[in-house]
Amino acid sequence: MEITVTVNGEKTEADIEPRNLLVHFLREDLRLTGTHVGCDTSHCGACTVLLDGLPVKSCTVLAVQTDGRDVTTVEGLAQNGELHPIQEAFKEEHGLQCGFCTPGMMLTSAALLEQTPDPTEEDIRWALSGNICRCTGYMNIVKAVQWASSKMKAEATDSGS
Amino acid sequence: MFPSRFEYVAPRSLEEALSTLAGRGDEAKVLAGGQSLIPLLKLRFASPALIVDLNRVPGLSYLEESDGHLRIGALARNRDVVASQTLEAGYPTIAAAAPLVSDPIVRNLGTVAGSLAHADPAGDWGSVMLALGAEVTVRSASGDRTIPVADFLVDTFTTSLEPTEVITEIRVPKPEGSSGGTYLKLERKVGDFATVAVAVQLALDDGRIGRAGIALTAVGPKNIQAIDAERSLAGAEPTPESFQEAARLAADAASPISDVRGSADYKRAVVRTFVQRGLDRALELARAS
Repeated sequence: MEITVTVNGEKTEADIEPRNLLVHFLREDLRLTGTHVGCDTSHCGACTVLLDGLPVKSCTVLAVQTDGRDVTTVEGLAQNGELHPIQEAFKEEHGLQCGFCTPGMMLTSAALLEQTPDPTEEDIRWALSGNICRCTGYMNIVKAVQWASSKMKAEATDSGS
Repeated sequence: MFPSRFEYVAPRSLEEALSTLAGRGDEAKVLAGGQSLIPLLKLRFASPALIVDLNRVPGLSYLEESDGHLRIGALARNRDVVASQTLEAGYPTIAAAAPLVSDPIVRNLGTVAGSLAHADPAGDWGSVMLALGAEVTVRSASGDRTIPVADFLVDTFTTSLEPTEVITEIRVPKPEGSSGGTYLKLERKVGDFATVAVAVQLALDDGRIGRAGIALTAVGPKNIQAIDAERSLAGAEPTPESFQEAARLAADAASPISDVRGSADYKRAVVRTFVQRGLDRALELARAS
């Protein structure tokens, strides 16, 4: 089946089997291997990508369903060689240990900050409750989201004045 | 893991979807949010020859109140139910359950109607809709029919939906007068199946209990309506004694199995405690309404 999907801002045409899952399409067909396969049963959130701006588990979406839609993966977070504030934040606050869950964590966090620029700690923990970190480094992940929130607010104020 | 081969169609109208199902319903599965169906396909518990994706059909994502009902369209996502500001007052049981369904990411895609169609005994919406006395409206190429949820949920993963039909909406009657309700869920972690969950709905009629709805999640082959417990409450005074008796009867209605989430006895004890707590909360809300 032929689909046209915008991945990280770039229109991409592909001819795929309907049974091809979004995560395999991204990793194997487009070679965007930043999206990880964790549990493969839609529990862990390692494969989280944004579909029209909302976090979804790409192991539980058919690639054909994304025809005509926008997909953002971790590779799409940095713009013009500049890290996204959430990426910078994970680095600054050491929001990762092994790094396997990190792409999903960052995408879910980026979507949260888009909708709730000033989240409480509870908002953050609630939003990330579908993403599992088996190093259990949640404390620093929460700190990283708070760091990114501050940074993004400061940037918004700077550019607004 | 990936599914076995299937043909995929994404009709642009309900008529188109229904005409496809009229011809090939027996070999087809309908895809809405996909958060239960796609895992089933991957595990090869289901291997349909045809997937009919409803997501391109316009006009099915509504969540609105009209003619004395809350109407939940076939493509209303759990996310929409969580975000709705209007449910808290009129439908507290739904408002309490929505944020407990799976996890936030799954709720972005998963639908209420799809959860009912999946008929997992650990599904949350089946119990909520039983307690509220909801109906499911389904449509085929030959017309509509409306099925009470109690008749819709037949057995484990089995509903009375015909292969040629799709759910178009869930209809929840607006609780009348002084009423309240809630949903209590015990889960090991966010996104896990419920160990036990309980939906409770209570209406007061001149100080006495009018209609009572009690339904149980993950303690039997399907969502269980605790009919004896409901009957014991109808017309009774809302006292600690009548609530204790209803909780005991609800625990009797449960038929849990011992598994990794707990022993059968433990789960039955949780049912009893949750029904009692749920009734207390429902009464509090009913008196405040």
